[in-house]
Amino acid sequence: MLRLFPVVTLAVFLAPVAAGMVATALPAFGYLPALGGHQVGGAPWQRLLATPGFWTSVHLTVQSGLLATLLALAIVIGFCSAMHNTRLFRRAQVILSPLLATPHVAVAIGLAFLIAPAGWASRLVSPGLTGWQRPPDLAIVHDAGGLSFVLGLLLKEVPYLMFMTLSALNQIRSGETLVAARSLGYPPAAAWLKTVLPQIYPQIRLPVYAVLAFSMSVVDVAVVLAPTNPPPLSTLVFRMFTDRDLAVVFPACAGACLQLLLVVAMLGVWRAGELGFPMLTRRWLTAGGTHKTGAGLRAMWTAVMATMVALSILGTLSLAVWSFTQTWFYPRALPAAWTLSHWERHAADLAGPGGTTLATGLAAALLAMVLSLGCLQNERVNGLGSAARALWLLYTPLLVPQIAFLFGAQMLLVRMGLDGTWIALIWSHLLFVFPYVFLSLADPWRSFDLRYRNSALALTGSPLRTFLRIELPLMGRPALFALAIGFAVSVGQYLPTIFAGGGRFTTLTVEAVTLSSGSDARVTGIYALVQAGLPLLAYMLAIAYPAWRYRHRKGMG
Amino acid sequence: MKRLLATIVFLGWATAQSQEIPDSWPGVLEKARGQTVYFNAWAGDENTNAFIAWVGQRVREAHGIELKHVKITLTSEAVARVIAEMAAGRHTGGSVDLIWINGENFLAMKEQKLLFGPFTQRLPNTSLVDTAGKPTTVIDFTVPVDGLESPWRMAQIVYAYDSARLQNPPRSIPAMLDWARRNPGRITHPRIRNFLGSTFLKQALHELADDPKVLLEPATEASFIAVTAPLWRWYEQLKPTMWRKGEQFPETGPAMRQLLADGEIDIMISFNPNEASTAIGKGILPDSVRTFVLEKGTIGNTSFVAIPTNAAHKEGAMAVANFLLSPESQAHAMHPNSMGNFTVLDLNRLTPADRKRFEDLPRGVATLSAAELGRPLLEPHPSWMNRIVDEWERRYAK
Repeated sequence: MLRLFPVVTLAVFLAPVAAGMVATALPAFGYLPALGGHQVGGAPWQRLLATPGFWTSVHLTVQSGLLATLLALAIVIGFCSAMHNTRLFRRAQVILSPLLATPHVAVAIGLAFLIAPAGWASRLVSPGLTGWQRPPDLAIVHDAGGLSFVLGLLLKEVPYLMFMTLSALNQIRSGETLVAARSLGYPPAAAWLKTVLPQIYPQIRLPVYAVLAFSMSVVDVAVVLAPTNPPPLSTLVFRMFTDRDLAVVFPACAGACLQLLLVVAMLGVWRAGELGFPMLTRRWLTAGGTHKTGAGLRAMWTAVMATMVALSILGTLSLAVWSFTQTWFYPRALPAAWTLSHWERHAADLAGPGGTTLATGLAAALLAMVLSLGCLQNERVNGLGSAARALWLLYTPLLVPQIAFLFGAQMLLVRMGLDGTWIALIWSHLLFVFPYVFLSLADPWRSFDLRYRNSALALTGSPLRTFLRIELPLMGRPALFALAIGFAVSVGQYLPTIFAGGGRFTTLTVEAVTLSSGSDARVTGIYALVQAGLPLLAYMLAIAYPAWRYRHRKGMG
Repeated sequence: MKRLLATIVFLGWATAQSQEIPDSWPGVLEKARGQTVYFNAWAGDENTNAFIAWVGQRVREAHGIELKHVKITLTSEAVARVIAEMAAGRHTGGSVDLIWINGENFLAMKEQKLLFGPFTQRLPNTSLVDTAGKPTTVIDFTVPVDGLESPWRMAQIVYAYDSARLQNPPRSIPAMLDWARRNPGRITHPRIRNFLGSTFLKQALHELADDPKVLLEPATEASFIAVTAPLWRWYEQLKPTMWRKGEQFPETGPAMRQLLADGEIDIMISFNPNEASTAIGKGILPDSVRTFVLEKGTIGNTSFVAIPTNAAHKEGAMAVANFLLSPESQAHAMHPNSMGNFTVLDLNRLTPADRKRFEDLPRGVATLSAAELGRPLLEPHPSWMNRIVDEWERRYAK
């Protein structure tokens, strides 16, 4: 029975992703009989290449993807190396977890509200410091270089990579390594870079790849922050899929394939960089010598990290301020009049999308939990090691651009008559929820002390009772945390909801993205805030419940 | 999205389900009761969304209909979904029951025979529509409506400006260019794929074309080049003087309105003569904002709702279309605190009590009188709009 879990999991995941990719690739070469596509050839590609601004879109995608990944990695490594084992470092996990919980779109909208020429930051210092009576005519958001887009990505990728790095640090004996290195005279940061980094990088490699793939293929954040004329490739392709002229499906599929090829190519470039980097730095790595002490470095990385946190928090705060605004004209620092009326008016409207978000998130997270527990328990009972290959498979939905297979996967759903149903919606979310739930559960599960299980088995003789009464409760905290992560991932899903929902399902994320393209800042604020609030609430529950439930049991809370 | 996908598959979906629409209106309402109507409507404007929510509440009370607003960013998304479903053989039980539509999207659906009807004559309230005084309620962008779509609100281009910063707004298309040269960075339009973006150019074309009558005929390759040449000469000069040097554009009308509110721009185009007043009332725009129209007039049109041939809940959709035409709904829509759109009805055909609903409406501080607005100019044939969008992208999407 348990042995079925990995098989079922793979069937739920990889088969549809692969089939979806094939079903997207065929129209890219002209084959789609239902739309009159019988002639196989390169015409869709020609049409794609002829799209105005096409090359700019490609360039933007590559540039912003690489830049976001490089900067996120640099910030995380820089911070860890300079701050390792300081008090701030030990608290980083607590400080960053709300940022990790906040969906990308909410962060992006908050950032836009904050840094736009007429944004809150500009209002706070105008006209006092700047003399601006009107917002400056500067392209800060949607800037042609895509820098605000990169910044918006960083606000989410840095906390994510930071978490992955922290958990990798727990796997190695970083403390002892560092003591050894420092006793040889290396300053702390250099010691970390030379001895710890080479050990942990292999462990965060896949998360880094996921960041690169995500940055290159995200649509929702791009809609809010990226250049618009033309947009990055992902948005361009997404718009083609929604064109009135159905013949555009062919070049759209070609674009989706290109998106995949680009990501693969850039992963290749990144891999080459990984191989080249040690060669270039070997002399520095093996050279002894002492360097300057780290006080200046510490201050710098603390400042960078603090800026990230501050931008996220202030952005979210500006969502809140706008949602209570009656009247707020530039350059006032705060609204001239406040009101509760927007919340009152939209409370009822929020219920529908809020309910869909909640139901989908809970269902996807719970299903992911069951599958993860099944796989992990199978591993434990049947003694299968966790092969690195399995980890790669797990990351597949995170590495393949969503747009490259969602269209094709949707065709399968239509064929089965499942499009626009709850099953389709929850399945499409599960694809992206499962890897995160599994990964966050795997480490605590694997480090479980098997003597508990053996004693319980000896006493009860029932593997099921042992699992339910002993193993699961002992893992209550990480399990709830994994559920919260899964829920947060589901809340943030945009494209899967659009494709699999068939217009029948509206989640808070879909509403927030639709509203962010225009509409009223005050209403956008409400939706983005609630969207950000749900996962935060889940995180808080995941932390608070075990503490309360096990308050009488030392060591379990 | 599903629309595309549905296409691909050869579903033997068509079932022998009864598609008979009852003959009598009470029969229609009876069948409509309990139906869920999926209303695909552009959702970029908060006031309109709130109005649709209000309609939903009223049709639930009055007819037991569940109205679901499927919020879309472009009307073409819904059109494409219907096309795809039909191509896939889903001739009944389609996912779109009602579409907010006009212009090029209506033409596309009409040409491909994707619309249910004619049905408007079956709606009791259609008799109240002012077809003589408001010819755009029966001729949509030069295309005869033929009973395939039911009007629900009037629209006319106006320009809003902040009188605190600008006393004498330019009242012709050439004057607008002169003004923009003297005040760089103070005007913009939504991006070209947004209907207001192309409308900005369409209005300019109407004034700049040697003979605007040609715009009523479908555009051809040759006529388009000749007729739009003055437009591009004008726009070429205007673009670098625009907000963000004409390199960036707000996504939508409401996004542009925010720019006016923040003082980033001084003039914006609007398709709702009441938009400025409504926004002032809600504290979105400063109360110094006013509206103006061009000396030679501005383009006007009508918003419609249509029912796809494969709609699953046609009776419910008809009941909603009829409710939209009711004096109650029309007066609610016209209130400056709601959308502030002008009614499609002929007030002379209403009962005194219903007429009073309109006479009692307050007029917004920034709203022009009917005389000041003038008789609206006719919309060009949709092909002009489509070609303008393509040509703009060819020239400027780099």
